[in-house]
Amino acid sequence: MSIPLLSITADPLDVQAVVRRAEQEAGEGRHGAVGVFIGNVRGENLGRRVVELHYEAYEPLALNAFAIIAAEAGAMWPGVGVAVRHRIGRLGVGDASIVIAAASPHRPEAFQACRYVIERVKQIAPIWKREVFDGGGEWIEGATADPSDDAARRVAYERACG
Amino acid sequence: MRITILVFAGLRDLVGAPRLVREVPAGSTVEDVWTTLAGEFPAAAPSRAALSAAVNAAYAKFPTPVADGDEVAFLPPVSGG
Repeated sequence: MSIPLLSITADPLDVQAVVRRAEQEAGEGRHGAVGVFIGNVRGENLGRRVVELHYEAYEPLALNAFAIIAAEAGAMWPGVGVAVRHRIGRLGVGDASIVIAAASPHRPEAFQACRYVIERVKQIAPIWKREVFDGGGEWIEGATADPSDDAARRVAYERACG
Repeated sequence: MRITILVFAGLRDLVGAPRLVREVPAGSTVEDVWTTLAGEFPAAAPSRAALSAAVNAAYAKFPTPVADGDEVAFLPPVSGG
């Protein structure tokens, strides 16, 4: 069964389904390379043992954010097909929270677009994680989400191509 | 006019609910909606500096005007991925 190109789900992530979707988007015979990023729950953060993470999203805006990011990647790496699937809810250590696949004719664009997309997701997607550790829990706060911030976009691009 | 306010993550914990409906005067902006919320929940007021916002599930700046029936979301710093 096919999944949406950009999606949020409470179910475990199927890496192969995301890869297939990105390949479809790149087009038949035009996915000689697929770059894949999988984000997993780490067992340790800031010196604390992590028990689990709780992810939540403002779903309609998160899907808009993924579309903005995929369009940015498409403008910088024409012909690249990008698929993103983020998991929400309660995740245990080792569970995948996000899978990104970028399919293109050649590998430089696949690697670069994939890296760009994860950097941008971390910068602007309205998704939050609460870290539960021994003896407590805490919302993790990263970036102030602003898709029009050119400096942030440049940072993501430099990380992708650096 | 009547505005639905959505808050998330740590900000929701401070407010104590994910969704509120409040009346604001005609001509209000996103900033005015925030001022109404922060007035009611003073513990949330210091969050303002790092917040971003959305109107009807589209990113919006704080000077953006709001209309009756709009859904205004306040987003603390994000941590997806």
